[in-house]
Amino acid sequence: MFAKSVRPDEDEARSEGATSDVWTLRLYVAGQTPKSIMAFANLKNICEEHLAGRYKIEIIDLLENPQLASGDQILAIPTLVRKLPEPVRKIIGDLSNTERVLVGLDLRSQEQGGDLNGR
Amino acid sequence: MNEHTPKNRLLKSPTGVSGLDEVTGGGLPQGRTTLICGDAGCGKTLLGMEFLVRGAIEFGEPGVFMAFEETARELAVNVASLGFDLDELVARKQLVIDYVHIERSEIEETGEYDLNGLFIRLGHAIDTIGAKRVVLDTVEALFTGLPNPTILRAELRRLFRWLKDKGVTAIVTGERGEVTLTREGLEEYVSDCVIVLEHRVREQVSSRLLRVVKYRGSTHGTNEYPFLIDESGISVLPITSIRLQHDVLSTRISTGVPRLDSMFGGAGYYVGSSCLISGSAGTGKSSFAAHFADAACQRGERILYFAFEESPGQIIRNMRAIGVDLARHVEQGLLQFRANRPSYYGLEMHLATMHKAINAFEPQAVILDPINSFVVGNNSVEVKSMLMRLIDFLKSKQITTLLTSLTAGGEDLERTDTAISSLIDTWLLLVDIESSGERNRGLYILKSRGMAHSNQIREFLITDRGIELSDVYIGPAGVLTGSARMAQEAQEQAERTARFREIERLRLGLEHKRKAMEAQIATLQAEFATQEAEALAIIEEEEALKTQEVLDQSAMAANRQADH
Repeated sequence: MFAKSVRPDEDEARSEGATSDVWTLRLYVAGQTPKSIMAFANLKNICEEHLAGRYKIEIIDLLENPQLASGDQILAIPTLVRKLPEPVRKIIGDLSNTERVLVGLDLRSQEQGGDLNGR
Repeated sequence: MNEHTPKNRLLKSPTGVSGLDEVTGGGLPQGRTTLICGDAGCGKTLLGMEFLVRGAIEFGEPGVFMAFEETARELAVNVASLGFDLDELVARKQLVIDYVHIERSEIEETGEYDLNGLFIRLGHAIDTIGAKRVVLDTVEALFTGLPNPTILRAELRRLFRWLKDKGVTAIVTGERGEVTLTREGLEEYVSDCVIVLEHRVREQVSSRLLRVVKYRGSTHGTNEYPFLIDESGISVLPITSIRLQHDVLSTRISTGVPRLDSMFGGAGYYVGSSCLISGSAGTGKSSFAAHFADAACQRGERILYFAFEESPGQIIRNMRAIGVDLARHVEQGLLQFRANRPSYYGLEMHLATMHKAINAFEPQAVILDPINSFVVGNNSVEVKSMLMRLIDFLKSKQITTLLTSLTAGGEDLERTDTAISSLIDTWLLLVDIESSGERNRGLYILKSRGMAHSNQIREFLITDRGIELSDVYIGPAGVLTGSARMAQEAQEQAERTARFREIERLRLGLEHKRKAMEAQIATLQAEFATQEAEALAIIEEEEALKTQEVLDQSAMAANRQADH
């Protein structure tokens, strides 16, 4: 695992291709803590690897917008919320366990499915 | 520094929950966290909510309710039945309800996390309305909702410290655990004040109990206090804290039966005393109670009648049959009936409801009819303790208490099932007097503290004009009752009549004699008069004769020329 020095509060959004295919991911953090920075870095890597070109990451810093915490029922920090595609899924922690992130985001089966379709 | 200076004294936040502030000596520790634990359905959420609602309404302290189990809507509906309007408080920014929903199945843990999200949410809610009070209900839900208990424990410890730093008075609720007070051992983190709520079922009836297990830096009542949840929220009853120091009155209150009043030195019971009427079945206990109620209501006093065996309608009908009209007092609002089956709920609950009813109605006297129905199985110790607390409470309010108690047949009459004789100031015993093949009702005063009272056993009758005490007839075998008394009465009457006749006869005889005598006198007088007349006639004749004789002799002498 590696840590990239990225500013998590920077709104990174990349949307390419068909909008229906775009994954909307929202990462809740509370200030620039090592855990937040780690989580963002991990997330970016996973997205680049598995969802290149069809994902969008919103970063919400609850220290700045505390009122947003209740909307997605955020308790733990960091929390990654997969808004789209539905259903909504939540992943908590610094996303250092890639395997579990993939399971949590449902990317494992997606990948397999994609592979099958591709064949 | 002296610990007793007010500066150092632990500040308390009054809960506003009736009775709880008395138990805790002023409320929950201010700026600290209190743990309230108990089984499901024992009233934790409600206690927390009432703490906030009363805080907002009565003490001007806004509050935050963080609900982990119920939504804001559900909460609002649940407490609406207790008269709390949460929506209005929310609209007035005196209350924030934040529903924290954790769905375990949606959550995947992928590494280290903390609960800053919760802190931020709570902090935000507190800051928006300037909250002074916080309730977390039930924070243990986090353990089922989130993985990694080790992190959670550390975070909870941080949360409680954070709450303290925030200076809010907090309540954390927790489910009762098997070994520990709470399932997740929250009591380890919350060390200032722990309150345990319990819902206990005994003999098929349940009672709610509250106990302050721990209150650091403060004295507190340690007993289990019964509490009640009803339309006005929670009320805790710290009745056992009352000491024997109530003021006493020397004014009297009529028993409702004039001749019984005279047995009590002519004036009846003491105001504010406890009076017991005991007796076996059908001796008229309720009738005495009804007379007492009737007399009091006629004086314009208020009576609260707790009936445990008969419905109000039945009592009113039965009493009307003996000429006591209670219905009009009910209509006037002077007499209030509270009829409950003793088994309807537990003793503590009964005590609590009676307590509340008495506080609401403020009667001058209370009737409990009968008290022995509380005794189920071998709970007489509890019944005694309950009655003691009730009587203490009533005495402190100077309310006269009239209790009736059924003595089972064959039992010692001067013993009650509930062994409460020591609590009783005035004890009127109703007895069945069996003699010459009939049962008659009698009464006597077993004791009456602080007054001269009659020592007689009196017979009384329940007539259609009410209870009437009969005159005392003492025969060779003791007090005469019933037919024996009536026979005695008749006999005395007969004797009186006989004596009267005898005198009449004597008087008549004398009259006769006098008349006879007078007649005799008249006869004698008449006889005498006749004889007298005869005698006079003879005497006259004799005189005349004598004169004639003298004349004749002179004539003869002259004739013979005698020389005498």
